[in-house]
Amino acid sequence: MFVEIGHFALALALGVAVVQTIVPLWGVARNDPALAAVGPAAAIACFLLVALAFGCLTMSYALSDFSVENVAANSHSTQPLIYKLTAVWGNHEGSMLLWSLILVLFGALVALSRRSLPVKLRAGTLAAQGSISVAFLSFTLLTSNPFRRLVPAPGEGQDLNPILQDLGLAIHPPLLYVGYVGFSITYAFAVAALIEGKIDAVWARAVRPWTLLAWTFLTLGIAMGSYWAYYELGWGGWWFWDPVENASLMPWLAGTALIHSTVVMEKRDALKVWTILLAILTFSLSLLGTFIVRSGVLTSVHSFASDPQRGLFILGILIAFIGGSLALFAWRAPLLKQGGLFAPVSRESALVINNLFLATACATVFIGTLYPLVLEMLTGDKISVGPPFFNATFVPLLVPLLLLLPIGQTLAWKRGDLLGAAQRAQVAFGLGVITTLAIFAFVRGGPVLAPLGIGLGVFLVAGAFWEVGERVVGRAGSASAAWSRAKGLPRSAWGTALGHAGVGLSVIGIAAVAWGTEAIGMLRVGESLTSGRYTATLEAVTPRIGPNYREEAARFRIVANGAELKPVEAMKRVYTARAMPTTEAGIRTDGLGQVYVSLGEPDGSGAIAVRLHDKPLILLIWIGALVMAVGGALSLTDRRFRLAAPRRAAASAALPQAAE
Amino acid sequence: MTIQAGIPTTPPRKGMTRKQRRLVVIAAAGAVLGLAAGLVAYALRDSIVFFYGPTEIVEKNLSPGTRLRLGGLVEAGSVERGPNQRVSFAVTDGKTKAVVSYTGLLPDLFREGQGVVAEGVLEAPGRFRADSVLAKHDETYMPREVADALKKQGHWQPGETKAGAPAAPASK
Repeated sequence: MFVEIGHFALALALGVAVVQTIVPLWGVARNDPALAAVGPAAAIACFLLVALAFGCLTMSYALSDFSVENVAANSHSTQPLIYKLTAVWGNHEGSMLLWSLILVLFGALVALSRRSLPVKLRAGTLAAQGSISVAFLSFTLLTSNPFRRLVPAPGEGQDLNPILQDLGLAIHPPLLYVGYVGFSITYAFAVAALIEGKIDAVWARAVRPWTLLAWTFLTLGIAMGSYWAYYELGWGGWWFWDPVENASLMPWLAGTALIHSTVVMEKRDALKVWTILLAILTFSLSLLGTFIVRSGVLTSVHSFASDPQRGLFILGILIAFIGGSLALFAWRAPLLKQGGLFAPVSRESALVINNLFLATACATVFIGTLYPLVLEMLTGDKISVGPPFFNATFVPLLVPLLLLLPIGQTLAWKRGDLLGAAQRAQVAFGLGVITTLAIFAFVRGGPVLAPLGIGLGVFLVAGAFWEVGERVVGRAGSASAAWSRAKGLPRSAWGTALGHAGVGLSVIGIAAVAWGTEAIGMLRVGESLTSGRYTATLEAVTPRIGPNYREEAARFRIVANGAELKPVEAMKRVYTARAMPTTEAGIRTDGLGQVYVSLGEPDGSGAIAVRLHDKPLILLIWIGALVMAVGGALSLTDRRFRLAAPRRAAASAALPQAAE
Repeated sequence: MTIQAGIPTTPPRKGMTRKQRRLVVIAAAGAVLGLAAGLVAYALRDSIVFFYGPTEIVEKNLSPGTRLRLGGLVEAGSVERGPNQRVSFAVTDGKTKAVVSYTGLLPDLFREGQGVVAEGVLEAPGRFRADSVLAKHDETYMPREVADALKKQGHWQPGETKAGAPAAPASK
């Protein structure tokens, strides 16, 4: 029953999305406000219908209705309820439904947002968003219908892929999709601006919160995915330059450039054409990511079962939306008016450099990800482009960007003082250099790049807070004056500081990876293995039975420099339904570092292979990402985004040159 | 050097026209793009790895020392475990086989008769030293390269795995 309702609701949503695409534009063209007002209503209706469809599929999973093909293929009656629910998006069909749900949710949010948008801009945006909904709802209905019945119904399901039975999976895809799909709104705004042929600071201020929102979630989604891969796959790696990881990194890089270029547009009315292009490219990269994941054209650890028909359909969507919007851009962009001027040394220029490096870094990731595909098409040779490529291209492009960051963020708008900015950054730079030298002095013979990387990270963190610090403490006499000044700073200034500090923290964590150590050994009960600071002693191996798996749990005593930590348990599981083994790493957090134990095969004579990692400061990688996301969220709550349009002029006048 | 090219250090002149400012931006963009193009060209020459099946290694007459990815099926009964996590197994495409030696833990889904991708160095014709053996997320997933390599040797049974469907026409 549920699936039929869900299927019907989804088909109806497609119809409503078609209305949402056509009617508002028609209304604008005919100057008919009643027709233009259909857009918001359609967007909300579309969201309710897809939400109903999603709810119905979720119910089928909760009730373990194995007469539904999708449920039978991805669930099992013994699976814990939480994993029955997360299994909804742990497969291709369900995850496309989640994709569509988030897409129409954003449409509904634009329709509901209290910020008063110019009528034409709202109509155009909702129409563009509606056209994306049409594409993805038809894709789901025609090639990936999750509501198909199975006759005869099997008595038992095939279980969810065990690797996906994990809380990390419960959070990772929704976060990532909110990020990916959130950029559809900036895309829709860009298309609307091009259709209207008008773009100004109002546009920039309307787009910026959506960009920040999408970026914040994408940051969290990528970090969550990275942490999940780290603890679940049992290799102890946190980034593999896998095509699918790259597919999420590219829109992140472009989106990072976009949140910086919209600032320039909002404050100074410059970089308009570039910002529009960037908004189009960011969502295009999200679409490309979807294509890479869904079509299976690139070999990746993430591939769900691939299907050529789906790949072709998504390629069609890709060409229509990217090609269409770029053609629109080529046609309409020359009509956009040029914005404000700025001197070569200014905040604007610093942000142009930021965009230049981010866009170029993004392009190298793009080449590294798609080059194998192109080469295979041209020559038939199969190659893989792995970490060495990205280390040799991406990293050298990011380092100058990071070095310039603390200087650029203190430059004034319009015309800056490079010497002054450099002087303001010199304390932070000094801290970085001192940190590097201190590490070189205390750690002998280690990798050379680690202390340099950590120095860079310290420079970034100190530089990020130096500016707000100066604005708070610099002129204030007393502590209470400083406090009120701190409260008086716009939230976006704190958001910027946190965002940049987060980058610094992640850089420190990444640099410290070089100090990590790994040891592998065959252990019997009572034997020990040492890696870096840690010694693990195998205490016991116990067989256990879980709800839908059997496992061998190995308990380890962990000693670090004479002090004993809490014991760690690592497991080797076999999920019964699929007879599929998984490794569950045992991880103990020690300060900002972790000790990581994972099991290999037993040798048959009572010993078991054990891999022990010492991972100093590794948590900083994800803490940094978290801090970046908090920065993004804080900027999002800045009062100028909450003010209604009529007060906009007053608000921007009250915040002259607020830092971003 | 290129970093400096990235910062327009010329002092702001009052009379700088829009065109001149644009030239500064274009010069900076050109410098960064040039740097990127150089890095990419260099890295693509040195850090890419070709994928071959065992038969292709013989056919192409690859010289020992070549770094490559080897893919195929793990031959049934060929897995031998030695001390210190040393393991050797044969990778076959049904026509030719290559013996792979590897030290370390094998991925969970490594099984005899299943698809595998190993990256490493060719030691001698038919002998391969792997430094990584790739794991896959899903037991029904067949790496596309392996599927293609098997198909080339006529040992491909469609329907054997869900994911081994021919590559999307998009890639042809």
